[in-house]
Amino acid sequence: MLTSADLQAIGLTLRVAALTTLILLIVGTPLAWWLARTKSWMKRPLSAIVALPIVLPPSVLGFYLLVLMGPQGPVGQWTQSLGLGLLPFSFSGLVVASVFYSLPFMVQPIQTAMEALGDRPLEVAATLRASPLDTFFSVVLPLCKPGLISGVIMSFAHTVGEFGVVLMVGGNIPGVTRVVSVQIYDHVEAMEYADAHRLAAIMLGFSFVVLLALFTYNGTRRKGVST
Amino acid sequence: MTVLTKLSKAGAIAIAAVLLSAGSTHAEVAHVAVASNFAEPIKALAISLEKTTGHQIKVTLGATGKFFAQIKNGAPFDALLAANAETPAALELDGFAQPGSRFTYATGRLVLWSADPVLVDGKGDVLRQGKFRKLAYAAPKVAPYGAAAVQVMENLGLQTLLAPKLVQGESIGQTFSFVFTGNAELGFVAMSQVLEGGQLKSGSMWEIPQPLYNPIAQDAVLLKRGANNPAAQALMALLKTQASKDLIRSYGYAP
Repeated sequence: MLTSADLQAIGLTLRVAALTTLILLIVGTPLAWWLARTKSWMKRPLSAIVALPIVLPPSVLGFYLLVLMGPQGPVGQWTQSLGLGLLPFSFSGLVVASVFYSLPFMVQPIQTAMEALGDRPLEVAATLRASPLDTFFSVVLPLCKPGLISGVIMSFAHTVGEFGVVLMVGGNIPGVTRVVSVQIYDHVEAMEYADAHRLAAIMLGFSFVVLLALFTYNGTRRKGVST
Repeated sequence: MTVLTKLSKAGAIAIAAVLLSAGSTHAEVAHVAVASNFAEPIKALAISLEKTTGHQIKVTLGATGKFFAQIKNGAPFDALLAANAETPAALELDGFAQPGSRFTYATGRLVLWSADPVLVDGKGDVLRQGKFRKLAYAAPKVAPYGAAAVQVMENLGLQTLLAPKLVQGESIGQTFSFVFTGNAELGFVAMSQVLEGGQLKSGSMWEIPQPLYNPIAQDAVLLKRGANNPAAQALMALLKTQASKDLIRSYGYAP
């Protein structure tokens, strides 16, 4: 059914999405915690920056990444001085772009869960002489599990569905930057509609199943199933 | 009240006069799909069209293959300036274009270009030496300049050597942006993208000799939707004038 090129694109897409989600979990959780607890004036500007990818066209992000990561751009000169070479047209470049692109989808659900927590669990933990770090790992994270799971599912799915940014900084290299969405685009461009249909149907099915799982999970939780 | 009616009458007459005068010049607008490589010349041609006839064209730039699919699916274009001869012919065959309106408006030339002023030599040896990270070309299935680039690599016997370094732009316009920003050190682009007034704008280039690829005959065609659009017809006529041919040549197209 699927060609080897299609399978390669699917494998690459899953790898990009998995790595992006892992990085976002590590970076996004402390960021969400800071945003949830801070009284600083920085909170609103930072929240706005985190939310930017929701409203920015991918072409804007793609264009800036191409210019900034290029050999003349500040990011490009920095990556070259570190001996990493240049990010566009590479797997790592795709992951970096995806981390920016899916950031709000990880941070926002976690931040919402943390804000809903309130001060009480933290005060209780403090009276029991738990250190802040201990409190974070043994009280905050377990209580915020639904937010974390939503963040992971949403950022994974959002990265799988990425297209515009990849088209602009990817260079369409098989096995390196040719993800499923770009592969579908290529099939349509070349008028290979049967090939496009097969992959598009898989994407549609995947997206539906992911969202159904997410809503089912959130629904059963709200019914008061004990955590 | 009578003053008001007089005023409104006067107003109506004034509006009618404006409408009539606008109608008498028959200034029309045509929507034209133009291959990315022709971005610069079409700007100059649009200005001269408006000066000489008053007609305006609205230009959409893109890859020829994409326009083919869009036009077949009812995209509202009056004319197509393609990057090849096959697409206009296919559109005529499928009944989307005016029969007999096809003609070659430009012959495209492929160059190997770098934003670095010393990287590309006059013989293309840089391709063999491989002292670069990435080489950009346009998607060969949809962009004729990309197909020509593949011919060049095959005829030089370098496709296996170059394969790991290739990056693909979805149109010749995007391919140029990869090279212009330096993300790809080298790229196969249209000569029209790097020349201005017959001079190389910046960087370094190799004019690829003709035996290495088939000439890229670029045909224009009047589409069914624009068959009776005076602006589209005027553009077709303008493209055939000697002045336009000279102008197009100065942008890096073969005579």
